[in-house]
Amino acid sequence: MSTVAVLQGGRSLERQVSLKSGARVEDALQRLGRRAVAIDVGSDLVARLEEASPDVVFVALHGRDGEDGTIQELLEVLGLPYTGSGVAACIRCWDKVLTKHLLRAVGIPTPDFHAFSETAFRELGAAQALPAIESQLEFPLVVKPAAQGSALGIKFARTAADVPAAIVSAFSYDRKVLLERYVAGRDLAVSVVEQEDGSPLALPVVEAVAEGRDFYDFEARYEIGRTRFVCPAELPAGVADRTQELAVEAYRALGCAGFARVDLMLREDGELFVLEANSVPGLTETSLLPQAADAAGISFDQLVERIVAMALSRAPAGR
Amino acid sequence: MTGRRPPRSTAHDLERYAGLFAQRTKVMKSSAMRDLMALTERAEVISLAGGMPDTSSFPPETYAALMQRVADEACARALQYGPTEGFATAAHCIAEVMQAEGMTVDEGELLVTTGGQQVIDLVCKTLVDPGDVIVAEAPTYPGAVPTFCSYEADVVQIEMDEHGMRIDELEETLDRLDREGRRPKFIYTIPTFQNPGGVTMSLPRRQRLVQVAHERELLVLEDNPYGLLRYEGDRLPTLYSMDGGEFVIYLGTFSKILSPGIRLGWAAAPRPVLQKMNLGKQAADLCSSSMTQLFVAEYFASGDWREYVNSLVGIYRGRRDAMLEALGTHFPREAAWTQPEGGLFIWATLPDYIDTTDLLARALDENVAFVPGRAAYLDGRGGSSMRLNFSGSDETAIREGVRRIGKVVAEQVALYGTLTGAAPAAPPVVDEHEAGQVAEQLADVLELPRRAAERRRGRAESDR
Repeated sequence: MSTVAVLQGGRSLERQVSLKSGARVEDALQRLGRRAVAIDVGSDLVARLEEASPDVVFVALHGRDGEDGTIQELLEVLGLPYTGSGVAACIRCWDKVLTKHLLRAVGIPTPDFHAFSETAFRELGAAQALPAIESQLEFPLVVKPAAQGSALGIKFARTAADVPAAIVSAFSYDRKVLLERYVAGRDLAVSVVEQEDGSPLALPVVEAVAEGRDFYDFEARYEIGRTRFVCPAELPAGVADRTQELAVEAYRALGCAGFARVDLMLREDGELFVLEANSVPGLTETSLLPQAADAAGISFDQLVERIVAMALSRAPAGR
Repeated sequence: MTGRRPPRSTAHDLERYAGLFAQRTKVMKSSAMRDLMALTERAEVISLAGGMPDTSSFPPETYAALMQRVADEACARALQYGPTEGFATAAHCIAEVMQAEGMTVDEGELLVTTGGQQVIDLVCKTLVDPGDVIVAEAPTYPGAVPTFCSYEADVVQIEMDEHGMRIDELEETLDRLDREGRRPKFIYTIPTFQNPGGVTMSLPRRQRLVQVAHERELLVLEDNPYGLLRYEGDRLPTLYSMDGGEFVIYLGTFSKILSPGIRLGWAAAPRPVLQKMNLGKQAADLCSSSMTQLFVAEYFASGDWREYVNSLVGIYRGRRDAMLEALGTHFPREAAWTQPEGGLFIWATLPDYIDTTDLLARALDENVAFVPGRAAYLDGRGGSSMRLNFSGSDETAIREGVRRIGKVVAEQVALYGTLTGAAPAAPPVVDEHEAGQVAEQLADVLELPRRAAERRRGRAESDR
């Protein structure tokens, strides 16, 4: 019986979600006849991994440290095979600015944007360029921390007067902020799972529909009961296919492995834009990846088994 | 038979039960902010977020002696169910506590509850149908918000200033609701050392509120957990003592004068209301803990319970002063905060461009925590405010915690200055006119005694 260490919790702002993801993965592993060792990630991580001596590590950590390549780097050093994307892909997905540059370089549409570090404002007078940025991106625009897994710190600026406070909020989470053109349209997500032959499979498209609220209310997206998820999304003929294709292209461009979730917007004129990719998407009962897998006829247990098997198959022999 | 179940628990799989959940669970919010608040419990965090009394000052030998006496004298009773309304011996203690705050109560009009929180729940259970209006203060007790939500109440919040709930606004709101054909089921208020506002309702407003309740035949739920924790100023009469037993439901608790761990509170209410609440309590938990009721009875019989309260008052007064002084030293000029004469909380309001939910994420990096103001509103307001608790940390931790929050606030103020073209380093120049505007903005959240704050800040500066 193989042993799987399930890394969860940690210190990130998404600790609670991670604990839920981890608990579900543990249950699934036990049903699958594997031995699951839960590890709430802390300063004793290396010792606990050595003690558990797992065959493979399931990374169910969201947010900083878990999703940004840090844990992955450590697992590489320890020579332990792990689920999901490698160090480089995690870094590319975690930093939304880097993601967007890479997408743009390979011709995948992403909303226009500008990004600045705190020092650009503090020391280089970037504030004086704000009017130019605003005229290029137009209002409303979206202001977000370059790196932050959940909706925390994401604000809409409807006018120039809203921008400085939105930037201050975004800097609460990261040293770099992203100002992005707002794409009005439908909020879509495509989860991608690697198949046995190693090729990525796009799961059915999920649409997030905010219920009875200000359309700009991002908080709603993350509060149970205020957002309805439709899967598969009801999309015009051909649009679902294009959305899935684009998600797979983004997955490849970023070098993801195992599984990931790509968030997109479908503009009113039918144009699609990739917003970001998540290298360790949520696995809770309300998360989008498990819902999409279910719609594709893949049970949660099958999903977990597939992700673990992929990680084991990538494990270099002799390590 | 065992073959019908999966080999291991699947209790984590919420979706298996999703179809069974009641409609009202949908309004029980699980939000990003709640996830953030969970992080405030890390050991290395100085948490000014809680509302915890300092139980470490209770003598362990007293606890042991009391428990021994309960065991010797009433073991079987302590281990047995008790009456729903509570033991008569507990009711005597409650009457004594209420007496200390100038209230006389008929012990037949008391219901012993499982903490004060259960009173809020039972009042809602007894009075509120889905969609019914509850009137509350703005900001209100964050712990009441999930209770109100779980009964699907429509909560209307009334602004406060340094004299407590604005009764003029209350009356306007009641008129408006009347025109809409909606009668609020009750008015929820913490008149003394309000949580989270830290302000106390003035005597004229208390008088007027009781009058309003009588004129309009409306119930008032007076939540009074902190009344005995007064550090300065004169005691004001409770609404209950002014009402004559007609329209005020009184909520009391042993949590802040003895222990929250014993989970004992009480309601005093007009008999017809109390009878319904009693039925509600039967359904909820049959009775509160016999063991802790007997513990309280022994405690009251064994000495003067006021002595421990007085010792708490001494401790908390020092902590409040430490926090107020630290705020004067470390918070920016544009911030304002309340000057509580008692209780456990200070409510601080920052410039409106600072979002305290986001600020909390930044503060957690510095290992310090507070409650973001939004938790005290049901309508998204309070975004620039925070609740700070001074009872649960010692003075050194309070000073350090406030210093750390001040540091991240100062960073954001400076950054905002840079972004808007204001001088980044120099303290913002606020002329009288602008100061007026700032005060007006603050009034959107809670009017604050700015002049007092400025006086004190001047003193703190001269001390440096």
